[in-house]
This record gives sequence, structure tokens and C-alpha cells, in this order.
Amino acid sequence: MADHSTSTFTVNGCTIGLMRGGSGPPLVVLHGASGAGTWLPFMAALAEKFEVIVPEHPGFGASDTPDWLDNIHDLAYFYLDFLDALDLTGVHLVGLSLGGWVAAELAVRDTARLASLTLVGAAGIHVKGVAQIDPFLRTDEQRIRDFFHDPKLADDMVARLLTPETEDVAMKNRVTTAKLVWQPRGYDPHLGKWLHRINVPTLLIWGANDRLFPFEYAYAYHKLIPGSEAVIIPECGHVPNIEKPEAFVRELTGFIHRVRAAT
Amino acid sequence: MKFFNFHLMPYRHADLDAIERNGSAWVTYSNRHYDPQKGAELYHEYLDQMEYADRLGFDGVCLNEHHQTAYGMMPIPGVLAGALARSVKKAKLAILGRALPLLNNPLMVAEEYAMLDNLTRGRFIAGFVRGIGAEYHAMGINPTLSQDRFAEAHDLIMRAWTEPGPFAFEGKHYHFNYVNPWPRPYQQPHPPVWVPSQGSSSTIKWAATMRYTYAQTLSPIGVVARFFQAYRDEAEKAGYQASPDQLAWSNTIYVADTDEKAMREARPHLEALTNRFLKMPTEMLLPPGYTNIESMKRVRAAKVTGKTSSIEDLVKNGVVIVGSPNTVRERLAEYQDLAGFNTSLTKTQFGTMPDDMTRANMAAIAQEILPHFRDRLPQGAKEAAE
Repeated sequence: MADHSTSTFTVNGCTIGLMRGGSGPPLVVLHGASGAGTWLPFMAALAEKFEVIVPEHPGFGASDTPDWLDNIHDLAYFYLDFLDALDLTGVHLVGLSLGGWVAAELAVRDTARLASLTLVGAAGIHVKGVAQIDPFLRTDEQRIRDFFHDPKLADDMVARLLTPETEDVAMKNRVTTAKLVWQPRGYDPHLGKWLHRINVPTLLIWGANDRLFPFEYAYAYHKLIPGSEAVIIPECGHVPNIEKPEAFVRELTGFIHRVRAAT
Repeated sequence: MKFFNFHLMPYRHADLDAIERNGSAWVTYSNRHYDPQKGAELYHEYLDQMEYADRLGFDGVCLNEHHQTAYGMMPIPGVLAGALARSVKKAKLAILGRALPLLNNPLMVAEEYAMLDNLTRGRFIAGFVRGIGAEYHAMGINPTLSQDRFAEAHDLIMRAWTEPGPFAFEGKHYHFNYVNPWPRPYQQPHPPVWVPSQGSSSTIKWAATMRYTYAQTLSPIGVVARFFQAYRDEAEKAGYQASPDQLAWSNTIYVADTDEKAMREARPHLEALTNRFLKMPTEMLLPPGYTNIESMKRVRAAKVTGKTSSIEDLVKNGVVIVGSPNTVRERLAEYQDLAGFNTSLTKTQFGTMPDDMTRANMAAIAQEILPHFRDRLPQGAKEAAE
């Protein structure tokens, strides 16, 4: 199993946490509202084929909370600067949930450094008439359970994640998340107008049983992003990378393999 | 001491069991439980009570603002203040207050309040609040911007009242090419500003620095005393000595012939207020960013939102005063001396209490309590006031 390093990285005076592991083409993972967390099995699996780079967003975990951080667009521009600063090219960008929204906003602005885009249970657009959970009226425990389709896996995660040691970071992450997503709730009404600009191969991975951004969101993104592919993973909630890591890594690496074969 | 009749205007016909099942009377408690026939009667009943308070000699009447809740039917308190501006003849009229961050155009508060100040010929008191956390769920305003928007909206309103217009205002959240409200306030330079709060240290410091009257919402008297001391300390740091007139305690008083009768009569209504109308999950009360992480952790650790209180708890902790005239006088004097306030913002109606009981309570307070406190200053704080 590939090892990884944990460090910090500074872009224009903003210092963020950074996990890196593996070697190969660069694959950047933008995390969701719960934060970057630890080096997870899906990251280790991807690190066997890629250089996996997992930045921790400004305002989350150990990263700085800069004064300029007001909305999701600020994060999109920050990550364009981040890719410039690391001088990465041919990047496979993977955005999870909130990070998927950031990735989509980044890609409508500039895909010059991207080889592909993958959105997983992504926020960012709104589909009328699809019931969604309001995470801000859920308890800490409910919020963890909402992520998963399998209640036994949810039990394990509640036991693992709901600890006093993680309370401060969890609260910091929640405040930044609220700042970014409160209103309109988890989307930018203008994003849909510009998704046609995404001109790199795009994959949409969704859990069939996602209760936060149900699979209708995958189809809505699919319609808006030219040539995109959608994969719906059965028996899976909002976080396929954690609930079904083998299927997730298989779909993602298969997609990237096809992209690289085509170029 | 000055007495204000503070009305929350609850929808007192609410189905308490339905509130219990829903977990809260706020945000998600369906408005299908609101009967407009009953609601209309309540508005008139409550406004009549406010006018009655004026005739009984209360120094003022208070309204406030809450949204999407059976707890209070005053989402737009200015409507009711307008109705009272001509019928309340002598008493001050206070809105405690409008929740500034919820507004996308706070300049309208400068206009609304100036109108009320003109209508009452200077009997208006201008309250500014952030609104409680539930408001941010109800109105879709980002709670992480609450403090920022409050500060900016306040600055805009105060400048609109005190600087000749038109002038331009460029903030982060609010932008105007022309700030030039007509009318200007009747009181010069502006109506008295009161700041109600649950006791946030930054709000206390700010109110003391600005010399605004600080009003402490529903809290045990020991806690109230601590917050009022913090206000006096902050005033001292700001280079002046705070007067007891700058401190107002928001309380509930119920008076009957005997202690036993008062407790028996007040119990269901007070417990309905505390354990049904006020109750909400922590997530609803404290959305992320509404307050700093330290305060958030304190409230979560105390699990305040889940607790139920009996009338005995509320009386023992000095959140409310219930009893015979003599008991109420003794407690109030004791609490005034302990905390050093000179204004009592008193709920005479609370929870499910019907009109006849409320009016009897109001009359008893006016006859048995008010005259004894008319010229009374907090003992111990007296020297400081002189």
C-alpha cells in the first residue's frame, strides 16, 4: 500500500493542510463539508496508480480561515491559484459533495490544467421537486447517518467520528460550510448556465440512495455538462468513496484509463 | 423603577401536544395549526391589554419580532406599534427589537422607527437585535453573517438618523447611493436605543460602549446580576459610570392573593411558555456561526434546549416572580438590589394565559407593586447613581 505525507502548503499567504501519496499522473481530491479527514482507503488505493493530492480547504480543519473567504467562488479561484502554485498539469480533479461544487465552479472558469473532472454526490446546482435532507436541522449523529445507506456502516462511523477530540474541528468545518452553502442552500443559481463550458471528459459518480443530493442531481449535471458520463452505484448513500470504495475506485480508474487511452 | 408591559403575543390556542410531537413551536411547526378567526381575536385582545397597561400607569409597552412561530405572532412588530401609536397615550412604545441582520434593506428600519417616533411625538424606544438562531432557518439568512450584518445595519441606521442626507453608504453587505430618509426622528439626535440580548459578552461590551440600554432576556437572576456587572465594568473601561437606568431585566410576574394561589394559577401557563413555546432543538437555536465556537460549546454542553423546567425551578432560580403582593415586592426589591437594574420589562401575559387572568394580574401589579417601586433605586448601586 502506498504511503503518504502530511504537510502544509501556502498559496498567496493562505496556509492549508495537504496530504500527498503515490506516484503517477496527478489526481487532486477536493473534500466535502466534513473536511479532509485522514488518509482513507480509497485514497491509498488510488495512490497505487496516481499521485494523490488532498488539500484541506481554507476555513476547514487546520487550514487558515482567510478574510477573503466569503463564498464558493472564492474557493474555486483559490484552487486555480493552488494548481498554478504547484504547477500541475494534466490533473484529474475529483470533487466530493461540497468539493464537487468547488470543482465544477473551477472547471467552468478554466480547464487548462485539467485532464478530467469527476463529481461525486456534488452540490452546486438545484433540481426542483427532489426531496433533500436539511443537514442544519440534524443532530451530529443524524448527520453522520444521513451519509450512508447501510445502517451498520453508519453505526461504525458514528462510533468512530463522534468523539470529543474532533468537536472543535467539526464545529469549525460546520461554520465554514454554513458560510458557503446556507443560502441558496448548497447551490449557485447561475452555475447551470455555464456548465457547458466544461471541455474536459467528465464523470459523475453517485450513490443510488444518496439522501442529501439524490441521483436526480447526477442526471441534471449529466444534461448540463457536454459528453459527461454518469455512474450510479447501487446500495450506496452520499459518500460512495467511503461506503463502496472498491466500486468507486474501479469506476474512477476505469474512466481515467479510457480518457488517457483516447488522448 | 420603571415598569414596561412586555408582550410576546403567543398564539395561546396552540395545540401543546402537537408542539411537543413536532419538537418545537418554531420554523417547522405547521401553520395549519393557526386559526385566523382565533388569531384575529388574539391580536385585538393583546392590543387591548397594551392599552390597558397604559391606563394602569405602566411606563411603557414593549413589542418584539420573531418569525414563523406560535411563540409570538409579531413577525412585523411595526404593524402593531402603528396600531398602538395613537391609542397608547402616555406610555413609551418600545420595539425590542427589530432583527437587523434578517433584512436586506435595513434602511427601512430607519424609516419605520422614525415614523413611529413622529407618530408618538417622541415616545418611541428603538430596539436592535440579531434575532435568535431559529430566525436564520426561518428567513434564509446566513447565520455566519449575522454579527457582521448587525453591525453594518446599525451603523447605517444611526448615520441615516444623525447625518444630513443625502449621502452614500458603501458597506460590505449594504450599498446605497442615496441615504436620505424622510421623516427624520422626532427625538434628537435619535430615539433611545435599547439592546436586548441573551448575554453575549461582545454584545454587552458593545452596548456599554455605545451607552445603549442593555436588556437581559429570560435568565436566572444570578446570571442577570453577572451580566449587568459586566456591563458596568465595560462602561467603566469606556470611561463613564453606568446608571441603573441603562439596565433592564426582562422578567415574568404573576400576582395573586396568596403565594399558593399564584403558583396554582400561573403554573400551566408558565410551564406552557417554558416547556412548549420556548423549546427547540440545539441545531435550531444555534445554527453554525450564529455565535462563536466557545459559546456554542458552552450551550451544547449545558444541554439547555432539552431541559424542562417546573414553575418551582423558575421561581427558585429567579427567572420569574410569582406570589402574593408581599412576596413579589420582596423578591423584586431583592433582585433589583442584587442586579442593579432600574427597568423591569414584565410579561404579564405568558404562555396560554387567558384574557381575564392577564387583566387581573396587570391590575394587581399596577396596584400592589408599581407604587412601591416608583421612586426606588437599587440599594448599593444608589451611591454609584448619584
